[in-house]
Amino acid sequence: MKTMEVRLKVNGEGKQFAVAPGEVLLDVLRREGYFGVKRGCEKGECGACTVLVNGRPVNSCLMFAAQAEGAEVLTIEGVAHGDVLDPVQEAFLDSGAVQCGFCTSGMIVSARALLDRRPDPTEEEVREVMAGHFCRCTGYLKPVEAVLAVARKTKRGGRKQTARVAR
Amino acid sequence: MSGRNVVGKNVRKVDGLKLVTGGAAFTDDIQLPGMLYGKILGSPHAHARLKRIDTRKAKALLGVHAVLTYKDVPRVPHTTAGQSWPEPSPYDTYLLDSKVRYVGDRVAAVAAESRAIAERALRLIEVEYDVLPAVLDMEQAMAPGAAVIHDESDSKGIHDREHNVAGYIHRGIGDVEQGFRESDCIFEREFRTQRQQHCPIEPHITISWLDANDRLVIRTSTQVPYHTRRQVAMILQIPVSRVQVIKPRIGGGFGGKQEMLLEDIAGALAMAARRPVKIEYTREEEFYMARTRHPQILRMKMGVKRDGTILASHMIVLATTGAYGSHAGTVQGNTGSKVLPLYRAPNMLFHCHVVYTNTPVAGAFRGYGCPQGFFAQETLADEIARELGMDPLEFHSRNVIRLGDIDRLSAQLGEGKEGLPRVIRSCGLPQCMERGAEAIGWREKRAKTQDGGHLKRGVGMACTMQGSGIAGVDWASAFLKMNEDGAFFLQAGAADVGGGADTVLAQIAAETLGVTIDKIVITSGDTDSTPFDVGAYASSTTIISGGAVKKAAEKVRAQVLGLASKLLDTPPDKLECANNEVFTTCACRKSVSMSDLAMHALYKEKLQIMDGASHFNTDSPPPFCATFAEVEVDTETGQVRVVHLATAVDPGVAIHPKLAEGQVEGAVAQGLGYALTEELVLDGAGRPLNANFCDYKMFSAKDMPKLTTILVETDEPLGPFGAKSISEVPINGPAPAIANAIFDAVGVRIRKLPIRPEDVLKALRSEVAAQ
Repeated sequence: MKTMEVRLKVNGEGKQFAVAPGEVLLDVLRREGYFGVKRGCEKGECGACTVLVNGRPVNSCLMFAAQAEGAEVLTIEGVAHGDVLDPVQEAFLDSGAVQCGFCTSGMIVSARALLDRRPDPTEEEVREVMAGHFCRCTGYLKPVEAVLAVARKTKRGGRKQTARVAR
Repeated sequence: MSGRNVVGKNVRKVDGLKLVTGGAAFTDDIQLPGMLYGKILGSPHAHARLKRIDTRKAKALLGVHAVLTYKDVPRVPHTTAGQSWPEPSPYDTYLLDSKVRYVGDRVAAVAAESRAIAERALRLIEVEYDVLPAVLDMEQAMAPGAAVIHDESDSKGIHDREHNVAGYIHRGIGDVEQGFRESDCIFEREFRTQRQQHCPIEPHITISWLDANDRLVIRTSTQVPYHTRRQVAMILQIPVSRVQVIKPRIGGGFGGKQEMLLEDIAGALAMAARRPVKIEYTREEEFYMARTRHPQILRMKMGVKRDGTILASHMIVLATTGAYGSHAGTVQGNTGSKVLPLYRAPNMLFHCHVVYTNTPVAGAFRGYGCPQGFFAQETLADEIARELGMDPLEFHSRNVIRLGDIDRLSAQLGEGKEGLPRVIRSCGLPQCMERGAEAIGWREKRAKTQDGGHLKRGVGMACTMQGSGIAGVDWASAFLKMNEDGAFFLQAGAADVGGGADTVLAQIAAETLGVTIDKIVITSGDTDSTPFDVGAYASSTTIISGGAVKKAAEKVRAQVLGLASKLLDTPPDKLECANNEVFTTCACRKSVSMSDLAMHALYKEKLQIMDGASHFNTDSPPPFCATFAEVEVDTETGQVRVVHLATAVDPGVAIHPKLAEGQVEGAVAQGLGYALTEELVLDGAGRPLNANFCDYKMFSAKDMPKLTTILVETDEPLGPFGAKSISEVPINGPAPAIANAIFDAVGVRIRKLPIRPEDVLKALRSEVAAQ
């Protein structure tokens, strides 16, 4: 099959992927080892495959890989700051927002994008964003609380940091 | 519970870090060299025989490595239900068959080098069908002349194949007819429930391969690794010990993965192609080729005295299991055995037919028959209370099972056979009712009169219960060994399906051994490296697997204290373990750290501190729940909006309160969908009409009402540290509580799920017409 070269940045790293015409970004990212990007419906309905493309949440199952040419893509693997977790990841852990974890990647990147845009969102705004992510485990309460907790903490300037590697 | 360091604390989930960082944790998160893509050809017909099937063109396609039909595989009748052997479900299913019994039933399977090639290969398989009349309506299944769905001669355990009856139950206590004669009032109503789908965000997926020793490895999204291993070995006719089942992280199960569903075909393809094979359901396939909740028609009759005392309960159920009898008898058995005994009626009778239809297969689903039963019973209870002029709370208080009671119906209705009597050793139901009522504002809101607008508010409630493991059937084992750093490896057969079982088991081990949670490293759900466990179902993991972990940890603790006794020159009964050290309880206050003790054991004593234990219970302590709903009904459109849903649950002791709350909130979200929006709809030919998330409506973050979750902790003598269970019971309450709240708001009774705006509107209009 014919392939084309796509140049893009994934989690800050320059990448060049050989993709087939018609291949969606979800399939290419997973093939390249970004397993945190989840396949839940392939129809843009569940939000499990959400990544940020140039800072905006996108269902990667609905975007041709070729459309990502020149883009900056952020996946869940790139959310932490080196060895230190992002406050959204911390809050998901502390709020009990993670159950099976399958929708968690998408929720966290969407929440990150929201907080970058609106550091102090209302609960309604958080729910609006979370409505793009079906979760069958949590009933959404704890994920919503987690995002609101980050906003509160950022306002207070406090930030707990967890190293990813236990020492 | 004071004095505990780990149990009862909201520690971070032990698998949380990899889940928030996108670590490769799930079945699909590996790439094996040479891995093929498997795909199933599903039947386009609800009922047909394969007259001719020709796979030559598919096999000739470049990149196709295996094509299987019924001609290529052993014919072994089995059940896909992941239950303890011998399974109470009928053996009516085949790896592949010459007959198809529902739209989506397996016709053939292929393994090819890519998904695109596999899909092309499916289109190249030539099939000629002899289309048979289909039975789609469960009320027609037993009718004379109805097509016989299981006319094959080699299936086993079907109650009455000529009439499509997979299972039949007729059990009770006392004499209901006598009870009705003694009653002042008798109420009888019919209720209908729908086909709900589990919708785990991770659809079913299996990757299978032959390892270097030619053993079949199955990495799969399952709740039942051990049952799956046994079933696959039987179906593929290889020894159990030639199969390894690995359960990685699972993206939600809810009962749908208590089922050997893709593992057999993935294994067969991997063996045929001698290459690794991945097979997964698309979202659409998950809707109709996986499992659903059993739709039921329930006729519920209750006899009461004028003071509200229930004298007799009679429940008649017609249910359909779809094309195969997976969990047919046991789900429906639960509809009787876990629902009727909520009330202390001296006379109870449960009568049930479970019939085959040419529809998607029903199976285990969180609640396991109880959501259907409680919808009927608790809606009727509300009606009775109102007719008698009683507050439903008072009606419940008068009748509900209480501490010290013995539920004798359980002894009559076990898992496909006689069961064991259930003794209530812990019961927080009165407090659940009280605190739930307070949270919703029960008394004030019931007293309030409606204004003249088109938005009417009302409140409703329901009481429910469940079990904690299957009495005398479910069992588990666990093994612990100590490492140089004073940490322990915990190996448990238990299957964490996302609810946090690994964390809860680690907490139980840590508490027992006196170490911090980071000193427990858990491996679970791998049939090669962990000991037996029946798996994650029947709300059993915390109480049964947790019980095994506690026993194993107590044995290991005794070994630790034995060695410490030598090192500290103090008798073991004067020693305590806490905070990663062993110390004397006498005034001298000597201590040794766990790591020093471990180093001494391993390198001086030449001793591996290790032990394992097995555990089961002969009783199944019920968790209790009271659900309260406040709704707003639009009388112009029939739209029902849930304003507030409060759930008060007695789970025994909550080992991890936040995870326990999460179980409640997740169950409530599924229960809200069951009550109001979720239904897999079939057309007149048995084809699904809404197999996607747009047309099958689950609640989203925006749709959710205000939730209140209250944990009413009790101390259960049969549970580890007093724990019972929590994952299933809260799903039972929303439907009846909402139906009752709708009545409170607008005075119409809805007895069919889901409660659609058109049904409410129709009921409102006929109410107006009747006046």
